[in-house]
Amino acid sequence: MSTGNMNLTLKIWRQKNTKSKGELVDYKVANISPDMSFLEMFDVLNEQLITKGDQPIVFDHDCREGICGMCSMFINGRPHGPKNGITTCQLHMRSFKDGDTITVEPWRAQAFPVIKDLTVDRSAFDRVISAGGFISVNTGNAQDANNLPIPKANADAAFEAAACIGCGACVATCKNASAMLFVSAKVSQLALLPQGQPERYKRVQNMVAQMDAEGFGNCTNTGACEAECPKGISLENIARMNRDYLSAKFVSQEEA
Amino acid sequence: MSTLNSNIPAGELTNKWTKYKSSVPLVNPANKRNLEVIVVGSGLAGASAAATLAEMGYKVKCFCFQDSPRRAHSIAAQGGINAAKNYQNDGDSTYRLFYDTIKGGDYRAREANVHRLAEVSSNIIDQCVAQGVPLAREYGGLLDNRSFGGTQVQRTFYAAGQTGQQLLLGAYSALERQVGMGKVEMFTRHEMLEVVKVDGKARGIIARNLITGELERHFGHAVVLATGGYGNVFYLSTNAMGSNVTAAWKANKQGAFFANPCYTQIHPTCIPVSGDHQSKLTLMSESLRNDGRIWVPKKKDDNRRAVDIPEEERDYYLERRYPAFGNLVPRDVASRAAKERCDAGYGVGASKKAVYLDFTFNTERYGKIEANKNNIQNPDHATIMRLGKEVVKEKYGNLFDMYKQITGEDPYETPMRIYPAVHYTMGGLWVDYNLMTTVPGLYCLGEANFSDHGANRLGASALMQGLADGYFVLPYTIGDYLSKELATKALPLDHPAFVEAENKVKETLDTLINVKGTKSVDYFHKKLGLIMWDNCGMARNEAGLKASIAAIQQLKKDFWSDVLVPGTTDELNTELEKALRVADFIELGELMCIDALNRNESCGGHFREEYQTEEGEALRDDEKYAYVAAWENKGDGEFTLHKEELKFENIKIAQRSYK
Repeated sequence: MSTGNMNLTLKIWRQKNTKSKGELVDYKVANISPDMSFLEMFDVLNEQLITKGDQPIVFDHDCREGICGMCSMFINGRPHGPKNGITTCQLHMRSFKDGDTITVEPWRAQAFPVIKDLTVDRSAFDRVISAGGFISVNTGNAQDANNLPIPKANADAAFEAAACIGCGACVATCKNASAMLFVSAKVSQLALLPQGQPERYKRVQNMVAQMDAEGFGNCTNTGACEAECPKGISLENIARMNRDYLSAKFVSQEEA
Repeated sequence: MSTLNSNIPAGELTNKWTKYKSSVPLVNPANKRNLEVIVVGSGLAGASAAATLAEMGYKVKCFCFQDSPRRAHSIAAQGGINAAKNYQNDGDSTYRLFYDTIKGGDYRAREANVHRLAEVSSNIIDQCVAQGVPLAREYGGLLDNRSFGGTQVQRTFYAAGQTGQQLLLGAYSALERQVGMGKVEMFTRHEMLEVVKVDGKARGIIARNLITGELERHFGHAVVLATGGYGNVFYLSTNAMGSNVTAAWKANKQGAFFANPCYTQIHPTCIPVSGDHQSKLTLMSESLRNDGRIWVPKKKDDNRRAVDIPEEERDYYLERRYPAFGNLVPRDVASRAAKERCDAGYGVGASKKAVYLDFTFNTERYGKIEANKNNIQNPDHATIMRLGKEVVKEKYGNLFDMYKQITGEDPYETPMRIYPAVHYTMGGLWVDYNLMTTVPGLYCLGEANFSDHGANRLGASALMQGLADGYFVLPYTIGDYLSKELATKALPLDHPAFVEAENKVKETLDTLINVKGTKSVDYFHKKLGLIMWDNCGMARNEAGLKASIAAIQQLKKDFWSDVLVPGTTDELNTELEKALRVADFIELGELMCIDALNRNESCGGHFREEYQTEEGEALRDDEKYAYVAAWENKGDGEFTLHKEELKFENIKIAQRSYK
């Protein structure tokens, strides 16, 4: 079962570092099993390259079960490849055919500079979170958890927004490289919960300001982000964030 | 052999922690600003510790090898987190959580630490909810609970199958808040490669910037390792690809004893291996065992489809062997039982190394409840199953999707095929009650330490321990040490200790790059994994362990003479990163076998074939082995054993029974 019969041509983006110019390079892999994951197919290719004394292709990956958000390949023009609702590491070769040519590029966005090959720098996301993606509560200040009942519908909606894994597929697929889906998911999660109310308007303003400062583009409601999000984060979150952002202009300075 | 002092406070078990907290020396706020703490790792333990220490006023530097602290492998924990809240009114209490954990660990954990863990478990839930972590709720708006293995109460809090993700993002938010305020300096894509010591005390680290390859020197009045477990020593495990033992191993070489390395948790419900291209294994949460039933055909080599095997020809072997706990026996027991059936020829699937986890029964049960709720009179079977599937989907949707993605089979229609896989390591750096290792000023938290789970961890207790250590334990206990370090000035970075440590790291890097052998790092890692799985996995014996020690020693020689690491040391070089980790795994693998060979008994995850009851259960030897085995690294593969005797003053030690 270990070896299969798929033979593939890969066109892969190679780039030595942030400053150098990159290019697509052709590779061939043979005897690929349909049971392999896409990244395991890359392992096979890298093993080939290494034993030939070449440099392996550098790509981000870690948990390989679709939750850490580290893997980030732009496959045949789509972030995380041809299937919906999964990350690159959950994509399996049975989604391709023998003889296919597959093009693999890194996320492309001004705010996500390429570090090497398929690896990009997504630290802009961390900076957006540190600008306000939290509830200001120090350890040891909490009351009993059940003293604050939260309607199940609100808790569920907050959970759905919180499912974001911060992979950046939304930015990669957006023609404006906008990070609105990512930012609005965190804004929504906290805006939907009673714990998030005291800082609600200040939070949205600070996070949007940081998002703009990082060089992400604007949202023009195309909806590609929602379609490509491996966790199904909804566009409704962007609408909610926009409403809160506007409302923030009208609430008193003290609250905002 | 020396005796280790675990610094357990005197007094009644139930008062130890309270008394300790009110008598531990404090550091005043002005002094905290001058004290620097290094935290390595940004998972549940690391992120919560870094955030809390910064909130208290310490200057904190936090390191992770991933591109963001949010990616640490705690994120992949699925099922839940235990807390003795007794919200379900089912008789839970701090004592019961304490008792279940000690018993689940097969009486090889330290009573005082485990009781403290049970005491702070409630605070963790409160803290996480205050941070906005969206834990599952009931219609009344209160928190929901589910059942996990090794207990008879429902004390597990959860967020669908993504509990680890939500808890980690809570801790990550707290951490990023401190980063934004300038109180934590965050170093992503950095790997710690050495502990720097001055006069025997930990005073800093050498870290490699993974993008530029630069070696950096960082000073800390104390160093905290929260670097996770070492399951990847087996190559295939449910750990992330980057999970490694390097930080803990470097600490071991610098004098921090490594405790109980042979205690490995093999999780019973993982997706089976499909071929040798496989790079990692995927867990199916233990919460599924609560809602599913495990079985194999009664007939050997039964090749019929699962749905074609009639009820009376199925062997629900866990329910048969353990009527009291059934499918919810602890992980070690469930794993061995699966192995036993497969080894005896009753396994299913193409490889015959799998058993079924079947959700039909509970889907039907849930469907009937839903039909009742919706006033559907006399519903037909199809309606019941449709309604039931909706409930199952809400509870475990993401896990079912994950299973389908990996295997190409739909678990709503056919039972899951599952098999045990390496999941967690109970062993780790030895720490005292303060979570300090045998190197003063060097602390260890979370899965990286050995302290709370004995020889087997109960489900939903890893998240609890990581957050307990980081939010509620270390922030107190570190004061005991730091209050005596007020006069210590920050070490200049050109101090000889830093220079020497950095040179040592540089030498290792250059050596690896210059071997220029013929085999990739993965080649050696896979070989090591096979040796470990076959001889130091679910079942161990003297002959196998002795043979593996020799095989690993040979593998180590081969590695250092024939490994091929392309590229240079001063660039982003993922093969070099792997090589450094595998070099440490090889050495650790040998120690695991040595430890397993030393422990002439079976307990929890450590099952020596020579020591079992007539019914095939683990047979402990409390006379000779009721101790923690802490190993001192003497260099060149030489280790000295130190013992910490385990005293059970509050629990009557007994043969573990789940029947």
